Amino acid sequence: MRHVEDAIRTILAKHGKLLIPIEQIRSGDDLYRAGMTSHASVNVMLALEGHFDVEFPDRMLRRSVFESISAIAAALDELRSRAA
Amino acid sequence: MPHAVETAASDEPTLRERAEEIGKTVAARHADAVDREGRFPEEAVSALRQAGLLSAYVPTSLGGGGCSIRELIETCQTLAEHCASTGMIFAMHQIEIACLVHHGLGTSWFPAYLKKVAASQRLIASVTSEVGVGGGLRTSVCAVERQRERFRLTKDATTISYGVQADDLLVTARASTDAPPGDQVLLLFQKDDYELKKLGTWDALGMRGTCSAGGLVEGVASVEQILPVPFADICAETMVPVSHLLWGAVWNGIATSAVDRAAASVRGEARKKPGTTPPSALRLAEVHAELQAMRASLTAMASEYQELRETRSSELSGMTFALRINNLKINASRAVSRIVEAALQICGIHGYKNDSPFSVGRQLRDALSASLMVANDRLYAANASVLLVQKEI
Repeated sequence: MRHVEDAIRTILAKHGKLLIPIEQIRSGDDLYRAGMTSHASVNVMLALEGHFDVEFPDRMLRRSVFESISAIAAALDELRSRAA
Repeated sequence: MPHAVETAASDEPTLRERAEEIGKTVAARHADAVDREGRFPEEAVSALRQAGLLSAYVPTSLGGGGCSIRELIETCQTLAEHCASTGMIFAMHQIEIACLVHHGLGTSWFPAYLKKVAASQRLIASVTSEVGVGGGLRTSVCAVERQRERFRLTKDATTISYGVQADDLLVTARASTDAPPGDQVLLLFQKDDYELKKLGTWDALGMRGTCSAGGLVEGVASVEQILPVPFADICAETMVPVSHLLWGAVWNGIATSAVDRAAASVRGEARKKPGTTPPSALRLAEVHAELQAMRASLTAMASEYQELRETRSSELSGMTFALRINNLKINASRAVSRIVEAALQICGIHGYKNDSPFSVGRQLRDALSASLMVANDRLYAANASVLLVQKEI
């Protein structure tokens, strides 16, 4: 789980267009409040799909799924356990 | 006696019938003057107030009409057939009401406010545009400055439709002075809370009665007047869908008016030579098919939205729905221009002149606003972004 969260943080730092350094963002903090826009969230999604080799189904393309590091981790967890 | 009661109930005019009456007898009478002078359709809005229609969407428990989105669509369309500026003003006001009805009923302040809207028929204008932002709904520069139970806000808006004539304003702003541009709230300023200064001008090709000049809003109010729901959610679940549906209804009204004149023109020609089909009749058939497609698109999307709301579906806040509701606006805005231009071709020189029973100049100019109010390219860009991750086409 540790390295999943690390990967998410790396991707957010690179693509999330956040206004605060990723180290200052806790797992449950609101990413949109930290500056992530809808457009940036799409780039984050693409990077996550590429890195973890998963596809977010359309029902997961919602603000709430990407609103925090822990929300993203939970979504990835669901997808990866389905694939297993 | 049950039968007598039934008859009495069905004598009560429906919302649509009341709107049709106002459209035909008031809005239509002044539409040309409203357009020529670029003035607010005072008479029609006054009639709408007298009929209590400004609170049509407010729940009956708060003194409103408790109508459905579908009924609002019919009303906007009918008004716009006679005067597109009146239809658009009514639509814009209802979009604001919908935001308050969908997201404000859980507070203590907003239900009381909506009661006032119903009782005194208050007109609400939207202040979402801003200098330096370039038309993006989900970006603000100005910020709410809180001081205990009050807040102040100064907003330089590029466009405020009927800002001068409105009673109250629904305004977007950053949630606080240290909030990022996309972290917004929606708040209400009542007449006594704000001043509207440095008013710009509105001298446009069409929609001339909407009086959409820019201005500077300076206001102070209670923090209770800030909706406690993230604007991102209000936007996705209500402001964008209801805007696209009601604008679509207005454009439908414009298209209907133009095709109606084209049909009258063709019938007139046919009567002169019974037995021969005027050449323009073929073009009328063609544009009629287009009008039906435009209407079907709106009806389908209205049903979809109604169902998602009734089932409280999470899809409402999803990217897939956003894609579809954007497509409605894109398609309808392009259709209305094409349809009115086709109607002009059918009416010929009589359609081109401004002083004939077949004039469609005002309809054409009003229709041209559709692809510009939210520029379609902005919607295409948003959709293109979603299509990078959308799986089911």
